[in-house]
Amino acid sequence: MADTILEVKNLKKYFKTSRGMLHAVDDISFTVERGKTLGLVGESGCGKSTTGRAILRLIEPTSGEVIFEGKDVTKLSKKDMRHMRKDMQIIFQDPFSSLDPKKTVSQIIAEPITENKIIKGKLAIEERVLELMDTVGLAERYINTYPHELDGGRRQRIGIARALAIEPKLIVCDEPVSALDVSIQAQILNLLKELQVKLGLTYLFITHNLSVVNHFSDDIAVMYLGQIVEKAPSEELFDNPIHPYTQALLSAIPIPELGHTRQRVQLKGEITSPIEPPAECRFAKRCMQCKKEICTTHIPQLLEVKPGHFVACPLKQEELGFSIQ
Amino acid sequence: MEEENKKNTEEHDILNIENLTVRFETEDGVVHAVNGIDLKLGYRKTLGLVGETGAGKTTTALAMLRLVPNPPGVVECDRLEIDGKDVRDLSVNKLEQVRGKDISMIFQDPMTALNPVFTVGEQIAESIEIHEKLSKEKSLEKAGDMLEMVGIPRQRANEYPHQFSGGMKQRVVIAIALACNPKLLIADEPTTALDVTIQAQVLELMNELKEKYNTSMIMITHDLGIVAEVCDDVAVMYAGRIVEQGSLEEVYSDTKHPYTEGLFNSLPNIKNRQRMLKPIHGLMPDPSNLPKGCAFAPRCNYATDACKEAVPKLLCVKGTHKVACSRYESDPNFVIERGKK
Repeated sequence: MADTILEVKNLKKYFKTSRGMLHAVDDISFTVERGKTLGLVGESGCGKSTTGRAILRLIEPTSGEVIFEGKDVTKLSKKDMRHMRKDMQIIFQDPFSSLDPKKTVSQIIAEPITENKIIKGKLAIEERVLELMDTVGLAERYINTYPHELDGGRRQRIGIARALAIEPKLIVCDEPVSALDVSIQAQILNLLKELQVKLGLTYLFITHNLSVVNHFSDDIAVMYLGQIVEKAPSEELFDNPIHPYTQALLSAIPIPELGHTRQRVQLKGEITSPIEPPAECRFAKRCMQCKKEICTTHIPQLLEVKPGHFVACPLKQEELGFSIQ
Repeated sequence: MEEENKKNTEEHDILNIENLTVRFETEDGVVHAVNGIDLKLGYRKTLGLVGETGAGKTTTALAMLRLVPNPPGVVECDRLEIDGKDVRDLSVNKLEQVRGKDISMIFQDPMTALNPVFTVGEQIAESIEIHEKLSKEKSLEKAGDMLEMVGIPRQRANEYPHQFSGGMKQRVVIAIALACNPKLLIADEPTTALDVTIQAQVLELMNELKEKYNTSMIMITHDLGIVAEVCDDVAVMYAGRIVEQGSLEEVYSDTKHPYTEGLFNSLPNIKNRQRMLKPIHGLMPDPSNLPKGCAFAPRCNYATDACKEAVPKLLCVKGTHKVACSRYESDPNFVIERGKK
């Protein structure tokens, strides 16, 4: 039985600009199973971070529902939302700017505990901080250091410890390893995986790094200009990418092996502006397989073309024998 | 004629560095950024300089162009030749004739490498005007040609950097670097700030241009995938030293150094997603306080007590393949995990 922890329905986030409405996240829906990882991939500006933030209501969604354990969090009052965030936490991309430079490691990790009054008493809190530091692999001697004294990997461990402090069920990981060197990146990825098994965490893993997302996620959703263009289990997505954008994206990954000859799917042209986009496939202008008629007259809808494999490309849907309307 | 040209250019290397050291003398102590490296690069070859943050890759490149600020930087070397020319003691005037003409550099961040108050056309024309001694109009004309070559319509020469996207800006930076047909191009993480699909386009473009103009190139990167795609030779740097060097084939198929192995093991494999990542434990040493022996020994699974005593020399193992690891010196049968399969 599928145990859905998070369901996002028709989520939209528009920003007002002087040139019109910017459709940062435009009508996306997906679900995440408890204890699993959903990878959200896409290039800069595709709306993946905005999605993560809108789910936690760190920015207010324009419309849509975010159902977490049966409750629509977009309808909660500020006070109830605060309460709800005990179960939903976020790890930010940049370990250099997401930690308060004036606080020590122990103060940073203790903050969510004291804020939410989870544990009372100085000694008990310190004990919990030490336990958390141990969980994320930070040596006890760093307890009174400041973030600037530590390197990127250790800082990211503080960010993880802070997110874990109030025992959340869901963690939105927004590019948690992008700012780190490969050897450190692997340490953090392994740590996140271990914690998932140990604590039964659910992750929404946002990244632009395709090899990392493939390694880390159970399912992957590919975003392009505010929309999900393809969603499938990781293995299926990498073995049989259907959407032309996914194909191009996957073929662009440089592989650290010799004798790798591949047909690279080249993209042409400029990215469509996300400000007041026309009612057509947003990828059409860069797509090599685009057929004028079908791609510019139909607004692509995400359809299940194979069990668990969703694609929003009218051309491919027709090829696979689905009637599109 | 062609034969003769070939002969001439094969007499010396485009780049020849011996025993380069760079240290920064700061109030808090001496930072040993580069600690004695030798590099040779043949004509029309591309060398990948690989390593993590703080390994000394960029400092090495800056030293080649003599761009290390002094003070606090102190550069010492036994030999620094570009196209057979000793550039160690060149005056600033003479140096400016070399930079941009014989050797030029593409910087990591296209967002900050361009001057926001000049049009991109003017910025490309600047080096043409200086080096080829052309009039302003002629240089601007050639700047237009360069833009077309990197795939940007020449009409856009009158626009300012902020009107271009990141990938386009990096194309402009490439156009500036190639404007005077340099013999040696140093590309410092040229695609790190770009999205993967744009990265693929830029790498393709660089490969094409390199072929077309017979440019030699040093590609500084932390991405072993990019190296596999564009480079002929590889040098892996750690804590200011080269720990492994050789042809792409030698380093990738017959990896010798434990650090290089660690880098490969840290990368997620897109074909085998079940494989657990094997990170290198610990951290890169502080360059102002390097350990006495091998700098990698504290993180190395193969290290012995002897490794912590003496700095290993970069020794040849086979062909052009060199490795700096004392384990090979003391034990002729020593093999790392990656070499066993």
